[in-house]
Amino acid sequence: MTKQTVDSRPAGPKPWYDPRIRSIFFQFIAIALVFWGGWTLIDNTLSNMESRGISTGFGFLKETAGFGIIMSLVPYDSTMTYGRTFVVGLMNTLLVSAMGIVTATIIGFIVGVARLSSNWLVAKLALVYIEVIRNIPLLLQIFFWYFAVLGSLPSPRQSVEVGGSFFLNNRGLYLPEPITQEGFGLVWGAVLAAIVAVLGLRAWAKKRQLATGRIFPTFKVGVAILVIVPAVAYLAAGAPLEWDLPALKGFNFGGGITIIPELAALWIALSLYTASFIAEIVRSGILSVSKGQTEAAKALGIPNSLTLRLVVIPQAMRVIIPPLTSQYLNLAKNSSLATAIGYPDLVAVFMGTTLNQTGQAVEVVAITMAVYLTISLSISLFMNIYNRAAAIKER
Amino acid sequence: MTEPMMKPPKIATSPVVWIRQNLFSSWYNSLLTLVVGYLVVTSVGPLFNWLFFDATFLGDEPSDCTGTGACWLFISERLNFFIYGFYPDDLQWRVDVMFGLLALSFIPQFIEGFPGRKWFGLFGLTGLPVVGYFLVPGGYFGLEVVESSKWGGLMLTLILAYIGIIASLPIGIVLALGRRSEMPIIRGICVVFIEVWRAVPLITVLFMASVMLPLFLPDGVNFEKLMRALIGITLWQSAYMAEVIRGGLQAIPRGQYEAADALGLGYWKKTGLIILPQALKMVIPGIVNTFISLFKDTTLVLIIGLFDILGTVQSTITDPAWRSVAIEGYVFVAFCFWIFCFGISRYSQNLERKLDTGHKT
Repeated sequence: MTKQTVDSRPAGPKPWYDPRIRSIFFQFIAIALVFWGGWTLIDNTLSNMESRGISTGFGFLKETAGFGIIMSLVPYDSTMTYGRTFVVGLMNTLLVSAMGIVTATIIGFIVGVARLSSNWLVAKLALVYIEVIRNIPLLLQIFFWYFAVLGSLPSPRQSVEVGGSFFLNNRGLYLPEPITQEGFGLVWGAVLAAIVAVLGLRAWAKKRQLATGRIFPTFKVGVAILVIVPAVAYLAAGAPLEWDLPALKGFNFGGGITIIPELAALWIALSLYTASFIAEIVRSGILSVSKGQTEAAKALGIPNSLTLRLVVIPQAMRVIIPPLTSQYLNLAKNSSLATAIGYPDLVAVFMGTTLNQTGQAVEVVAITMAVYLTISLSISLFMNIYNRAAAIKER
Repeated sequence: MTEPMMKPPKIATSPVVWIRQNLFSSWYNSLLTLVVGYLVVTSVGPLFNWLFFDATFLGDEPSDCTGTGACWLFISERLNFFIYGFYPDDLQWRVDVMFGLLALSFIPQFIEGFPGRKWFGLFGLTGLPVVGYFLVPGGYFGLEVVESSKWGGLMLTLILAYIGIIASLPIGIVLALGRRSEMPIIRGICVVFIEVWRAVPLITVLFMASVMLPLFLPDGVNFEKLMRALIGITLWQSAYMAEVIRGGLQAIPRGQYEAADALGLGYWKKTGLIILPQALKMVIPGIVNTFISLFKDTTLVLIIGLFDILGTVQSTITDPAWRSVAIEGYVFVAFCFWIFCFGISRYSQNLERKLDTGHKT
């Protein structure tokens, strides 16, 4: 018998029908298109900038800015550089985003729980709040708070006064500023020690509960430690804190901390708007925990207060976290609406004034977009880490 | 002897029982009801007085507003400006035709069992933009040209939102398919595109469109401000659209893909005939929700100097002839947006319930 040498397999596909070859071909075309598009844009931009006499490069960051900014967290005046204006704008953006995230979360959780309240009036009121606020554009709400509400406050001379140390007028809200004196380091040390003590207590209480089943009131004791230890240290150091009170000087107030109306309007509007979305997320999260879980907890004899904390909330958080993350991202991005009312955030200061003065649109826009990209990616990274901790532990 | 049959339990329906159960079930709830009720009653009364009972509705000059309530005069006086912007008075019929066609194509969608409503909707998505392209700017068939700088008000808001959605839909589909592609480079390009646009705020996009777009284009090519804003909005929106559609693509069970492969369908036939029709149907509520958020976001164009409905009202408020009508103006715009957004969101929730055919995993 002779061995058959004929290959019985069917012939392979023709090269232009071979999926692998096709995929390489299409990807090659895609790369070529992207490069060609990018090259055309860069080429056009360069020739346009040349014909308009716009300089390139990041050297402008070291030039003197020459314009003032109404609010800054770092020392700034008009003799400083454009690079400094970037820092000022960035800090202001981060400030209002952080403030907004905290208050929006608090309001959102309260309204979301109120929406599920057994009290008909409270539930309906929360529903009205959600449906009204989230269907009105944010920019309109910012305008409303800034022009209609805060703009109609009295002038500095007729300001609303609380106890001679808090003043509210159309230039802003003035608060006393705490100024630390010598010896305040002791208080900081005490705060640090209290935090370490509470963490240790928590670990010990958990270990004891796992071993013996007895529950230690960690929360109450922890709060007591956090309050009492620094307070004792404060008194022991001889109350090393003085208050710088705001006072009317000429036409305006001086001293103390000022919350400018632009910041207040943006903060209020961002918080209320985002809270209406967070409330819906919280509601759906709590509803997603099936009734059987609460009933099972009751059957095991777990008290109501612990059921909420140990059974319902941990499971609801799994549903709540991912959409909550995107709401935080939205809030950070929406803080750029500051431009419309003149709060000096990154877009207003850097993409507005700095861009207009230097004309270096490409560099400024690239830096700004890079910042927002970084903020977005870091918020989602942080929330992803938290989400992983809260996710279902499957074996 | 058998036990006598038990009576059915009493179902409490009287208002008194309802009030006791829903408002005063415990001392804590009673207290809450009283406090909240007091706050509601004391704030709703003055609010209604300001809105209606003490408000001025009749008259034709700012000085006619003498009451302590709202001054609605300026709305009726400036309504034309709020709806059409600077569009010439004698040509406004063209915009009215568009409003009519828009209503004609979408109102049937809210009515169950309206004959041929699918075709009305399809016209709204395809024919309507074409008609608008010829009718609103003019310049064809002997229609007088109206430059886009004269457009404004509600009309501009609707144009921005509508074109933003219609144009971003096909781009979004392509991006979503690209993101689910098996070719790593194409997938990478789509992921980068989507994530970059989603990470930046719309204001930066609008700034970029109005400042940088002229730099990107070759000499001699230039767009009007409205066109630049539209390009920016479309690119930005298409990234969001892609994510919505990707959600639909992922929700299609694997069996559908495998069945299409087993039938020997190629990629385009599989996608066009099997996957996309199911995926798109599934994401209609999502698309409607994106439309709502885009509709609200169009107000941002006033920052780059276009007069949408908020822009026209804002410029009236700062007009010295009409002082202290700020709150009225904002309430009016808020009401316009609220009616649109609330109506559409209710429609989308309705649709969601109807389309839920159990595919979702």
